Amino acid sequence: MGSGKREKFENPAIEWVDSRLPIFTMMQKEYGVFPTPKNFNYFWNFGAIAMVMLMIMIITGIVLAMHYTPHADMAFESVERIMRDVNHGWMLRYIHANGASFFFIAVYIHIFRGMYYGSYKQPREILWILGVLIFLLMMATAFMGYVLPWGQMSFWGATVITNLFSAIPLVGDSIVTLLWGGFSVDNATLNRFFALHYLMPFVIVAVVFLHVWALHVVGSNNPLGIEPKTKQDTLPFHPYYTMKDTFGLMAFMIVFVIFAFFMPNALGHPDNYIPADPLITPAHIVPEWYFLPFYAILRAITFDLGLPFTSVIFCPAKLGGVLAMFGSIALLFALPFIDKHPVRSARFRPWYRIALLSFVANAFILGICGGKPAEGFWVPLSQFSTFYYFAFFLVILPILNKKEPVLDLPSSINEAVLAKNKKASA
Amino acid sequence: MKLIITLLVLMMPVSVLAAGDAPTPHKQEWNFNGPFGTFDRGALQRGFQVYKQVCSACHSMNHVSYRNLSALGYSEAQVKAIASEYTVMDGPNDEGEMFERPAKPSDRFKNPYTNDQQARYVNNGALPVDLSLIAKARVGGADYIYALMTGYKDAPEGETLGTGQYWNKYMAGHKIAMAPPLADDVVAYEDGSPTTLDQYAKDVSEFLMWTAEPHMEIRKRTGVKAVLFLLIFAGLLYTVKRKIWANVKGH
Repeated sequence: MGSGKREKFENPAIEWVDSRLPIFTMMQKEYGVFPTPKNFNYFWNFGAIAMVMLMIMIITGIVLAMHYTPHADMAFESVERIMRDVNHGWMLRYIHANGASFFFIAVYIHIFRGMYYGSYKQPREILWILGVLIFLLMMATAFMGYVLPWGQMSFWGATVITNLFSAIPLVGDSIVTLLWGGFSVDNATLNRFFALHYLMPFVIVAVVFLHVWALHVVGSNNPLGIEPKTKQDTLPFHPYYTMKDTFGLMAFMIVFVIFAFFMPNALGHPDNYIPADPLITPAHIVPEWYFLPFYAILRAITFDLGLPFTSVIFCPAKLGGVLAMFGSIALLFALPFIDKHPVRSARFRPWYRIALLSFVANAFILGICGGKPAEGFWVPLSQFSTFYYFAFFLVILPILNKKEPVLDLPSSINEAVLAKNKKASA
Repeated sequence: MKLIITLLVLMMPVSVLAAGDAPTPHKQEWNFNGPFGTFDRGALQRGFQVYKQVCSACHSMNHVSYRNLSALGYSEAQVKAIASEYTVMDGPNDEGEMFERPAKPSDRFKNPYTNDQQARYVNNGALPVDLSLIAKARVGGADYIYALMTGYKDAPEGETLGTGQYWNKYMAGHKIAMAPPLADDVVAYEDGSPTTLDQYAKDVSEFLMWTAEPHMEIRKRTGVKAVLFLLIFAGLLYTVKRKIWANVKGH
């Protein structure tokens, strides 16, 4: 930044600013002429969509915070005041509540795209790791946000999830007390969750900045997974991708708006319209849908690990579940170092393609298991699915590294695009 | 890809968790269903009458004020008259005394009990829930309320009910502490609607949907505008996008 040659702008006002702080030069370089592979499909829209969702969440969230009272006795009431008496409060809250879901939908598709087309591979490892970090921060933020209305699911969700940390040996109980700010989920918990829920989005913005910075250093991957070689392989970001991203964004917004305005409670749980009551436990405590796969992994570990035929236990079931849940995300961080196959895109990796699509199907099955009571048939199913989740990373990918044949790749993006076009017009 | 879509479709009913062993309430034909649905003002007024004359004997409505009733089609004078039927505690006054006065439109619906302890004491230990949000706080919403109101049956053989318990087909666990609140001819309607249990149950369910979601009509109207705008805007963007991309070889 700042160094390097700078071209003069014709507009004197812009030139005046740019010669002192080259912000227009930077925008021109990073978003104007930025060379972008010309063969993106619509999966490449979801980064921009996620960015817009983050902005929507921050803006609606700040306005909601102006009307919300973070106190155990008043939080539920203040949310209802927002819904009933604040001008367009219902709209703000429904956009914020459904916006969380649609932020996760965008990010899950974005993650899937990264996995399918091998976007995490060399030289994009740090880009990927920053992305997983954003995902982790989002999970923490969303969890704490769900606690704020102080309904039954808020309260009991907070109780279940914070209690997980008590499984950590030695320091677990102290961590839980610190999270609670006392000896149970109470007003102090609500207060600190509100403070952190307000803070975290800005941490996310900072990591998103690093994520985009890293992207602009290494450049975008593309559906073929081969690097652009000549100018013919790329297009300037503007107007080609600014236009395509805006169109994709609007299409996404249509679905979002349908949920926010016509079925605003479809993705929520009715129990959260019952004020929190520490004396009454809901029949089934379930987190929001976007946590269900991880919740299923948590509950799948129903057995202690220890020395066989003795009473020695290394890892009680609860700790096992917590480790499995955090491990499932830790593996995402490690993905660039596990998958060493030289080919990026699943288009040219038929074996990996099958394994990955099964992984996605398996994630949906885990999601279904997470929403069901942990009994009967659902327990072995979630155990099997949890096994496949881990096997994908720890068994299948290492085997594919060695065994999956390396297919011939197209020699350039331009050539592949022209060939495809010829085929289509013939 | 197809597999994923199939699984997505399979997941849909999963989010609707069945409550206990109670059957799923049947879907009713509500006036407020669908993207253009509105509340039926007549049904809301009748439902309010049922709430006022029956439910409000035990159930509070803490999030709703008398002024909100103007949305049911009542005039300002009518709302004032309805509010003034109730006496509420106010104060302290300049002499430090609490005093009683007729309710004003700005007051919340009067709670039938002074506190939860009193409510429990009077009702065999059971606390009648606040009804403001009940239509959103139960799986099935208005369908569930209607089903519950009409779901009282004699307990099947072998089922024993405790004192103050009743058997209801749609209650989770089937045992409910609320006596059957509605029966034919308990409320005298003025608009000639049938004074049947079925009609009462429908009207009060619609009224409770309104108390839970008073801004539903404006929400849907705004949604229609937003979707129309986005459709047109997205269409325009797509045309521009196609035009811009037309000169790119291979697209």
